[in-house]
Amino acid sequence: MGKMVNVYFFGKKYSVPEELTIMTAMEYAGYELKRGCGCRHGFCGACATIYRIKGKNELKTCLACQTQVQDGMYIASIPFFPTDKRTYEIEDLRPNQQVMMELYPEIYSCIGCNACTKACTQGLNVMQYIAYAQRGDFAKCAEESFDCVSCGCCSVRCPAGISHPMVAQLARRLNGKYVAPKSEHLEKRVEEVNSGAFDDMIEAIMQKPITELKELYNNRDIEK
Amino acid sequence: MYRPYPDSMMESVAKVEASRKHRMETEPRRLTAEEKDSLLKAFHPDYNPDAFAEIKVGPNKGQKAPLELTEMLHSTSRILHENIDLSKIDYDVDVLVIGGGGAGSSCAIEAHNAGANVMIVTKLRIGDANTMMAEGGIQAADKPNDSPLQHYIDCFGGGHFAGRPELVRRLVMEAPDAIKWLNDLGVEFDKEADGTMVTTHGGGTSRKRMHAAKDYSGAEIMRTVRDEVINLGIPVVEFTSAVELLKDEKGQVAGAVLLNMETGDYSVAKAKTVVIATGGAGRMHYQGFPTSNHYGATADGLVLGYRAGAPLLYQDSIQYHPTGAIYPSQILGALVTEKVRSVGAQLVNAEGEAYIHPLETRDVNAAGVIRECAEGRGIDLPGGSKGVWLDTPMIEILGGEGTIEKRIPAMFRMYINYGIDMRKVPIPIYPTLHYQNGGLEINGDGFTKVIPNLLVAGEAVGGIHGRNRLMGNSLLDIIVFGRNAGKKAAAKSKEIVLGTPSLDHIKNYDVELKKAGLDTGVVSPKLLPSYANHKR
Repeated sequence: MGKMVNVYFFGKKYSVPEELTIMTAMEYAGYELKRGCGCRHGFCGACATIYRIKGKNELKTCLACQTQVQDGMYIASIPFFPTDKRTYEIEDLRPNQQVMMELYPEIYSCIGCNACTKACTQGLNVMQYIAYAQRGDFAKCAEESFDCVSCGCCSVRCPAGISHPMVAQLARRLNGKYVAPKSEHLEKRVEEVNSGAFDDMIEAIMQKPITELKELYNNRDIEK
Repeated sequence: MYRPYPDSMMESVAKVEASRKHRMETEPRRLTAEEKDSLLKAFHPDYNPDAFAEIKVGPNKGQKAPLELTEMLHSTSRILHENIDLSKIDYDVDVLVIGGGGAGSSCAIEAHNAGANVMIVTKLRIGDANTMMAEGGIQAADKPNDSPLQHYIDCFGGGHFAGRPELVRRLVMEAPDAIKWLNDLGVEFDKEADGTMVTTHGGGTSRKRMHAAKDYSGAEIMRTVRDEVINLGIPVVEFTSAVELLKDEKGQVAGAVLLNMETGDYSVAKAKTVVIATGGAGRMHYQGFPTSNHYGATADGLVLGYRAGAPLLYQDSIQYHPTGAIYPSQILGALVTEKVRSVGAQLVNAEGEAYIHPLETRDVNAAGVIRECAEGRGIDLPGGSKGVWLDTPMIEILGGEGTIEKRIPAMFRMYINYGIDMRKVPIPIYPTLHYQNGGLEINGDGFTKVIPNLLVAGEAVGGIHGRNRLMGNSLLDIIVFGRNAGKKAAAKSKEIVLGTPSLDHIKNYDVELKKAGLDTGVVSPKLLPSYANHKR
């Protein structure tokens, strides 16, 4: 085993191997995780964590599964944060500025402190995507926020009480449903399937003996 | 020169760089059917006889399963000796969905929309699921040069002709509608300016039908259906495991016993129909493999269903994703999406040879990586492990500068976090435990064959993908079979009249275990892996 470092989980000191992530270091220390542990590979946002290096002033946020321990880390996981999701019927909405004013009016109280961006565990420009949401530019808000894992670290730090991931979620759904261009080939194929255009052919192929199917599979042409 | 790896690895990187130009001029040859068969038999972990045991009780008695799964099937219920008052009902619903991933969520949405009173119980949070981690994409034959027939042949052949035809048919025929349903909910698929879906190949596909949302495809789908579940007001009981199904005297399921993961208290959910949507088994770490799966992937639904009498299918068939992260250790087992190969990266051994076509099916490519390492052509990694290269700089050469950040941003982020710029150097990979090909057996409508009101959807199902699943057919199956299960469960609940809920079946199962002389000393299902170190 390599070098050991000292870290502090909820203020209590543990000596752990330096190559571990915060999550595996907690397990090394004996924690049986239930809260604060999800996909373990950086996609689900379950393991939002706040830390400060001993002797330094800056408060940092991270995902415990994606962050290697450092000597002197004071670590507290954020097992749950009460972000405020508003509910809506997506079918009844239209992609205009009015939507945000009605559902998430607090975004217009943003004071421009940029604490959300500094807190983002994915390195996103959170304040910028909120600005796009304010203007009703859902395509840009969706693009800028796309890699969000909803860990909520931005919301923890926001003095205006904005639930940024929820705003971004709404923007992405509006963009995906209403703003992005329709796929005509998709609509057409759905109609063809529904009209029964493939029914006889699929039935026929299901009845084919395995030897014939093997022949078909092994000699099928593969698109370049 | 940029040197993010130890010197021993950099020597091999130099060979990869030296051969790149030549490799890019010639596409590696595809293997013949016979070559694939012999590669699989020699190197695929499913052919390791020491890793499987015979099941001694229940409907699949006499068949084999991975050792770790067999142990769960040979173990008794954690509530065998608990005194749980089943007459005190905590939740009373039409449809109980066990699992809050992509299958469970889409199931709940459709059941709700069909007018049923539906509830989700989930061990962790809604969305803590393998769906969230699926990166590469979702298949559907919706382009003019493609058809559901072509998709059928790819899926059925890629699964070694073992898929159940009625399930493969549903998968491919309902695929375009699944994409449309997701798009209409607001899922952001990658599209051209005119709306044409950007589609690529996956391993074993004959047409470019992989739809994606960058390399967050599953996350984008999961967060959208989760948002919809919440919008619809569907109750989601989180941090609550279903630990046993309830049955009545008519042989129907009648709900489930639930365990609060935090307090340890039990509760009772009564339901007219139950859908098992508990997902995969990566955290069982079959054969000691690391896994790309989420924390709760412990095959719970298979154990609950099996104990209640539902048979398994292909429980001995496991998917090892050929490209799992192997270095640095902090990301061991993490998925390196197949899309990395779809957009141009080759698999290259330590000598700089593209030893195989990068888009063979997953089982074949996994066996290929294992062969290269076993026969001395693997990269030597710190700590003694081995791997082969995924030549990612090719992507930027082929697609132009910026392609990696645009098409596979999650991969770029994962590696740059540890100082490895995959635009400049190849990345070392090794197979990771990725998917449970088998699971509970269902009929074409999603019902288990012996229990009339028990359905299964998602990764807990066996038979859709035969003995090997193609990339992009899992995100597809959770939506197609999830939605279908929701509709069917809602309809079925209208005709079900429940008797008296009981746990007699777990007592009977325990008698069977004793008769077979089995005593594993543990209870099942596992619920969570044991990672905490309690050694002094």
